[in-house]
Amino acid sequence: MKDKILSIVENYERDPGRLMDILLDVQKAFGCVSCEAIGLIASELKISEVDVVQTRSFYHFFTKEPVGKYAVYLNNSVVSGFFGMKEVADEFEKQTGIKFGQKTADGLISLHYTACIGMSDQEPAALINSVVFTELNREKVRKIVADMREGKAVEAMFSQYGDGVNAHPLVKSMVKNNIRKTGKVTLGEYTPGKGLAKALNMESKAIIQEVKDSNLRGRGGAGFPTGMKWDFCARENDSKYVLCNADEGEPGTFKDRVLLTERAAMMFEGMTIAGYAIGAKEGVLYLRQEYVYLKNYVENVLVELRNKNLLGKNILGKGFDFDIRVQFGAGAYVCGEESALIESAEGKRGEPRNRPPFPVQKGYKNKPTIVNNVETYCSAVKIIENGAAWYKAMGTTESAGTKLLSISGDCKNPGVYEIEWGMTIAEMLEMVGATDVQAVQVAGPSGICIPPAQFNRKIAIEDLPTGGSMIVIGKNRDLLKDVVLNFMEFFEDESCGSCVTCRSFNMILRKQIEKVVEGHGIKTDIENMTAWSEIIRKTTRCGLGQTSSNPITTTIKNFRELYDKRVKDVDYQSDFDMHKAVAESCEVVGRIPNIHE
Amino acid sequence: MSKAIVATASLAGCFGCHMSILDIDDRILKLIELVEFNKSPIDDIKTFTKQCDVGIIEGGCCNSENVEVLKQFRKNCKILISLGECAIMGGLPAMRNGIPVKECLEEAYLGGPTVGLNSEKIIPNDDELPMILDKVYPLHEIVKIDYYLPGCPPRADLIWNAVVALLTGDTMNLPYELVKFD
Repeated sequence: MKDKILSIVENYERDPGRLMDILLDVQKAFGCVSCEAIGLIASELKISEVDVVQTRSFYHFFTKEPVGKYAVYLNNSVVSGFFGMKEVADEFEKQTGIKFGQKTADGLISLHYTACIGMSDQEPAALINSVVFTELNREKVRKIVADMREGKAVEAMFSQYGDGVNAHPLVKSMVKNNIRKTGKVTLGEYTPGKGLAKALNMESKAIIQEVKDSNLRGRGGAGFPTGMKWDFCARENDSKYVLCNADEGEPGTFKDRVLLTERAAMMFEGMTIAGYAIGAKEGVLYLRQEYVYLKNYVENVLVELRNKNLLGKNILGKGFDFDIRVQFGAGAYVCGEESALIESAEGKRGEPRNRPPFPVQKGYKNKPTIVNNVETYCSAVKIIENGAAWYKAMGTTESAGTKLLSISGDCKNPGVYEIEWGMTIAEMLEMVGATDVQAVQVAGPSGICIPPAQFNRKIAIEDLPTGGSMIVIGKNRDLLKDVVLNFMEFFEDESCGSCVTCRSFNMILRKQIEKVVEGHGIKTDIENMTAWSEIIRKTTRCGLGQTSSNPITTTIKNFRELYDKRVKDVDYQSDFDMHKAVAESCEVVGRIPNIHE
Repeated sequence: MSKAIVATASLAGCFGCHMSILDIDDRILKLIELVEFNKSPIDDIKTFTKQCDVGIIEGGCCNSENVEVLKQFRKNCKILISLGECAIMGGLPAMRNGIPVKECLEEAYLGGPTVGLNSEKIIPNDDELPMILDKVYPLHEIVKIDYYLPGCPPRADLIWNAVVALLTGDTMNLPYELVKFD
């Protein structure tokens, strides 16, 4: 063990900033990051054991105890639930004889749940030893477990690959792209290097001006003006970094998956242009662990770009040096928040930072840093190529250009659509073939849940902003149980625990909605949930706590009757039961309970 | 105006909140003009003799007697106030909530370092004794509570301001210092 860990640590030049990579390699080599391993890593990196432990304990793909030789991580997101996750889980448990959260006695198989793995268009899906399995059903599970017992390699358990790059020799994945509609920007025609060549002939200030003029706004969901962000960063006098946020963790989002698969070169080109514009020499792609199946391919794209002189030293002979490395996460939704992402890329717990200072002032390694979404960088390439005016001509006045939507749930054609901003929800539903719709969850759990009466609203930053997640909820679904409760369980799990209200109120809200779902709720519970949601929104540091109560507040606002139907019309009700409460102590002391009512 | 009638009790608390009531100093003279006490340790009236306007309760519920007293208060008081950390959240006594009752009782009467005199190894079980609950409950989980005054203990000024505001109908004076605890 010692030799192996030593060689892993050496691979990363004993840099504590690469602790994430070190722990990922250790987890892969030993099936866990044991206490013994922690001790070794700490002494080799010359940091305290606690520093290693706190990083390990933060991410759910790092485990203290060994996972099975085959570690099954089944996605328990809302859409997975819609399409039979319970049956799939049940079959796994039947075939293996263990429950989720357990490991078979022989150590062969362990079963785990995990949050959305970015496959909402092909659910139920699971990761088995990091390999993606989609559209699972009972029959497929029986075969998979039988293959495991035979000791088959996970990659050898299937031979049908998905379309496009998914079938590339370096990917060989069953994942389908499900590209349903291409537009002119991110999924339109793309000639590698064209945008970059043009950019390198421009002044860096002119590039920023072009991006500003295009009105491009952050595609991760927050919609911050990209040009302004680049400008702020460019003004700082220090070495700078370009980070790409590919930690697409918002349940129901999978458009970055498709870009990473089909437009990896474009994304890197966008990062390179950004690097030139702000004056950076290094970039980091922060990629979520769930997409590790793309690792070899994406890294190979970087090699090819270097070979073509589109990356590396003296790019295209213009004297500009820029290179990019890939940083993997290890399973934490909150790392999609930019300052948490930076912490994570530095090898620490993914806890959001206090602001100011903003990342453009002090970001990665405390240097000025821009963090943009995959789609933002891809869009920037086209903006430089075709000009701001061309870009601005698409979309609405306030939301320029196109947007990739990941549409899933109860519709005929789930998948990725590149649309111009400004489309109404009704038009979108027609486009995806959705009828009998009860609600649409716009922008994932942290977004809003809207009823049919609002389907004339526009998908645009000024009306319904979204990072891309659109979940169609059919009339047959139990909105509170199948959707809201699931979302609250998700936030409870994913809160980093740093802010007290986020840590505790997400649990309290989950319990409260569970009480309502189970039919024990009273009218006061609805008022309490509304009041408490306000508290958590106001007293938390990052977007997670500020939006985690949205599933509850937006459904109370838009679907109040679903709550009223389920709660008793009383102001107070106690669940206290004296008989139950005294039973244990009476038994211990040996007396018969005497209760006077 | 007739005087408002006030009752108080300390359940699973330490009487610290009652001490804090006494900390109102000379305002106790004004208090006597404002209210009349019924069941309360302050005047040692053991049982309710009439309907009260305000009930102020310190401490959570750790045993069956606490629950009975609390329910009497709810029945006999128009308004109930949870006074202090233990009443509101269980407080220090609730530290046992993560430990099985059996382990707690065994530690207290059989295995702990101070049980040397319990040579017969008896865990008290007389019928006259209150029965221990499975955990310590905050008051609002058992009866409806109208107001909460936080603190350990709540400051005398907070208690005074709250009670006076409640009785006079005036707006409560709640400066930041009164509810700032660190």
